[in-house]
Formats: sequence, structure tokens, C-alpha cells
Amino acid sequence: MSADIGAGVPVARRRVPRVLTYRTASVISLLFPFTGVLALINSVKAGGLAKVGQIEEARHRGERAREWCWYSLGYGLCVYFVAFMVILFVFLRGGALSDVYFDDVLFNGEAWDSLLTGFWINVQIFVWAEVLVLIWALVVALLRLLPGRACAPIRFVAAAYTDLFRSLPAILVIYLIVYGLQKARLPLLEHLDVRQYCIIALVLVYGAYVSEVYRAGIQSIHWSQLAAGRSLGLSYGQSMQHVVVPQAVRRIIPPLLNDFIGLQKDTALISVVGILEVLGRARFINNSQATFTGYTMAALLFIAITIPQARAAEWLIKRDHDKTRAA
Amino acid sequence: MAFLQLQGVHKHFGANHVLRGIDLEVERHQVVCLIGASGSGKSTVLRCINALEPITGGVIRIDGDRVSGYGVDLNDLRTDVGIVFQSFNLFPHKSVLQNITLAPIKVLKMDKGAAIAKAMELLERVGLTEKAHEYPDRLSGGQQQRVAIIRALAMDPRVLLLDEITSALDPELVAEVLNIVRELAAEGMTMMLATHEMSFAREVSSKVCFLHDGVIHEEGPPEQIFGDPRQERTQAFLKRIVDAGRL
Repeated sequence: MSADIGAGVPVARRRVPRVLTYRTASVISLLFPFTGVLALINSVKAGGLAKVGQIEEARHRGERAREWCWYSLGYGLCVYFVAFMVILFVFLRGGALSDVYFDDVLFNGEAWDSLLTGFWINVQIFVWAEVLVLIWALVVALLRLLPGRACAPIRFVAAAYTDLFRSLPAILVIYLIVYGLQKARLPLLEHLDVRQYCIIALVLVYGAYVSEVYRAGIQSIHWSQLAAGRSLGLSYGQSMQHVVVPQAVRRIIPPLLNDFIGLQKDTALISVVGILEVLGRARFINNSQATFTGYTMAALLFIAITIPQARAAEWLIKRDHDKTRAA
Repeated sequence: MAFLQLQGVHKHFGANHVLRGIDLEVERHQVVCLIGASGSGKSTVLRCINALEPITGGVIRIDGDRVSGYGVDLNDLRTDVGIVFQSFNLFPHKSVLQNITLAPIKVLKMDKGAAIAKAMELLERVGLTEKAHEYPDRLSGGQQQRVAIIRALAMDPRVLLLDEITSALDPELVAEVLNIVRELAAEGMTMMLATHEMSFAREVSSKVCFLHDGVIHEEGPPEQIFGDPRQERTQAFLKRIVDAGRL
């Protein structure tokens, strides 16, 4: 009986490399000839070796053909993409696209001056808004996670705030807050300027998003951590403060950065209430100098501040990881 | 009156009736071991004593004070009753030293310098001085558990509860943790252990309780429980342990 085990398995077929597959893939990979040729040569040799029964060598060749095919795919697609972009910007209609976007980007000092002045307003507004969001959203998240039946109304209110402000378009909230508060002339709020109203609007909108990020982070910390804190006699609040929230914050840095980048870009919305921030000025340049490149410059400014933040966040995470995690 | 007293303690998790009337007394300086199959309620008993789980019936007293039920200051109770968990539960974002000193500083309002001095003293006792500024994830399981024991001891508890503290350890790391428990027992620390280490239970305990289905089926001195168990269920449980080569 034991001799029959595996009798149905065609042993030879399993051992012969899939020469045909490699050959087909190699022909396709000729689209990127630098590596495609190598793939083809190897697949042809693999076929020859397989035919004369040198299975092991054939497998080696076949494997190399396969690797070169993947190189063709990886590098080939990128090269074609770059070529496409070059055609789009340089050759199509005599480079009309790059004329529109980049014409005098490097030399229009006047525009740069104006835009940088405007952008400084954006920076001030988002820095203030981010600091306030960090605090406000944590408060909302902690309220929403309060334990016990007694706190159910607080949890409900916190949830209602989050639901409400996440569902409203930021631009609408800016209109409502800026013009609404100006009209209402409430005590204390009456003397704020338009920029400060804008900060309030952005904090309300992004506080709702970020409170959910905080909440997810806090809930991702295993309950045994809270139990360990409580078992040492720390109160619920102390356990949150010293044990749970610090761990949650470390975990939510990437999504937090996501929302902050969103907030930074949405500072461009405040041009709708007449603040001459970067987008408003780009629009003005477009109208007065009849050049579109102000928009490109504004775009470059946003890119220039976002990328360093992404790297800085990665660095922060890595530093913490290197410090606290086993090698 | 016994130092630690459980009277008719019941615990329900929803419809699940986990503890069905636990009566237990622990005298000062006693080491009481809870043995029994997984799910028999050993851990739950310990978690109820320091109120990580609220009990649903019965009374728990420490030194005559009722510590269960309405109106008890749980934070105060827990400074008296330390617990060490199976999975260590150290704080991964804090160094060993910070793990140990957090509660003494925040709860007992100890001076920071004094808390650190005390922590270092305790660390030296278990041979982990050089790990004071290391983070938990960089320690072996045995080292982590020793730190967890010290973290509980730094609060000067009157009772120490040890919840299967060696179950998550590689076999060769078990001894370094048990040695500390042995020393604490010799010094007269009042302790309750839930454990699967039968020979250790036999060696250190003043009393062994066999739990089955949320009830203490049999209790007595270790020689009697291990040498001459009277209840059928205890006999069956110990036979399985012996068959597995664990006793």
C-alpha cells in the first residue's frame, strides 16, 4: 500500500520550470529592452536546458528570467511614466502646459514677495489652530470615553459635537462662524478679528476629526494597561494621564499628521472671507499680472512645508521606537 | 479575626456565574495558593480582592475593614493590595525605574528622590540595578516579571496577589521569578497565589485551596492536599497533574 502514496502526482511536471510562462513574460518585458533582453536570453536558455533534461540549470535560468521580468516591470513602468510627463509638459502643443504653470515661477520676485506675506498668515493660523486642536480634541475624546452611567449625557454631547462638525463642509463652517459671530456680537467674542474667527472655525471642524483619532488611539491601548495602573492605586484620571494617553499619542502620530496636513491646506479656504492669505493673493496676481503661475507658487509653498513634516514625524516615531523597543 | 476574609463571594460576568460562594481566610504572613483547572475562578478571586472586578455578592474584609461594595475608596484599597499579572503589564513607554516610581510618587505622594532610592534598593535585591533605565520591551520575560513584582512591592502593600505570574515565561526563566516569591514568603509577606506550579505551591504555601467551578472544594495544608486529597475532584485534578509529569 505504502508504495502507492503519491503515485498520482506527476513528479516530472513539478520539477520542470515553467519555461513557457517565463518566455511569454520575457517577450512582454521587451517593452523595457534594457532588462527585457536579459529576461529573454535567460528564458530561451532555460527552455533549451529543460529540453535536454538539465532541470536544475534550467530552473536557475528560469529564475533569472523571472527576476529580469520583474525589473522590466518596475523600472519600465516608471520610465514610461516619466516619458509621458515630459511629453505632456514639454512637447505637447509646444510646451503649452509648462508655459502656463511654470512660465516665470523662478523670476517673478514681486509675486513671491506677495505670496510669502500671504503664506505667513496661513502659517500663523494653522499653528494656532493645531495647538488648540491638540488640546481640544483630546478633551472631547476623553469626555466621550468617560465611564459610568452618570456621564452618559456628557458622552452623548461629545458624540453629537463630533458627528455634527464632521458632517459640515469646512468652508461652510467658516462662513457660519465668521459672519455669524460678527453679526451676533457676543460678549468676549465681539472683539476678535476675522483671523481669530477663522481659527475658531478650523478648530471646531478639525477638533471633531482629531478627537476621533484620539479616541481610536486610546481604545487601541489594551485594557490590561488601565488595569495595571488602577491596581497600583492610580485613579482613572491618573491612569489615563500617565499610562494610557501617552501610549495612545505615540500610536496616533501618523493619522494626526494626516489631519494636520488637511488643516494646513484648508487654511486656504479663509480667503473666502476676505483674508489676503496665499490663495487670495495668487488669485489677485492671476488677475492683475495676467499670469497663472501665482497658483503654482502657492502650491509649491504648501508642498514645501508638508514634506518636512512627514519626515519629521517619521523621525519622531523611529526615535521612540529605537528607545523603547527591543532590537 | 483573619487578616483577609472572603465570605460567600459571588461574581457574575453577565449570565456567567464565575464565583459561586467563596469562603476563605488568610492570616498575616500566610502564603495561600489557589490551584485548579483553567476557568475554575482562581484569577477572578484575586482580581475581586483588589476590586479590579466588582463582586456581585458576599463580603471581602481586610483587617476587619469591609473593602467590597458601595462607598469603598478603591484607590486606597489598592495601595494596600498589590497584584502581579500573568502578562506583566509593565508600562512600555516608561523605563523600569519610571514604572516602579510612578505610583509611589503620584499616589503615595512620595518625594521623587526617595521613590527612586527605594526603587533602586528593590532593584538591587533582585539583581536588576543595571536595567533601571532600560525599557520593558528590552528585558526578558523573567526580568519583566521581576520588575512587575518590584513595582507592586514599591507601594508597600499589606497583601500581595500573584496571578499565575510564571505562566507566560519560558521554562528556564521560571526559577528567577519563583526565587523572589520564596524570599518574600520567608520574610513574612502575606501572599495569595494562583498558580499551576504545583511543586512550588507545595513548597511555599501555608494553605492550599483547590477551586472547581467557582467553589473552593477542598482546602488544607499542602502536605494534606497534595499527599492525601480527600475530595474526589481534587484527587482527579492532581492525578492529571501527576500524569502530565508536573508533580
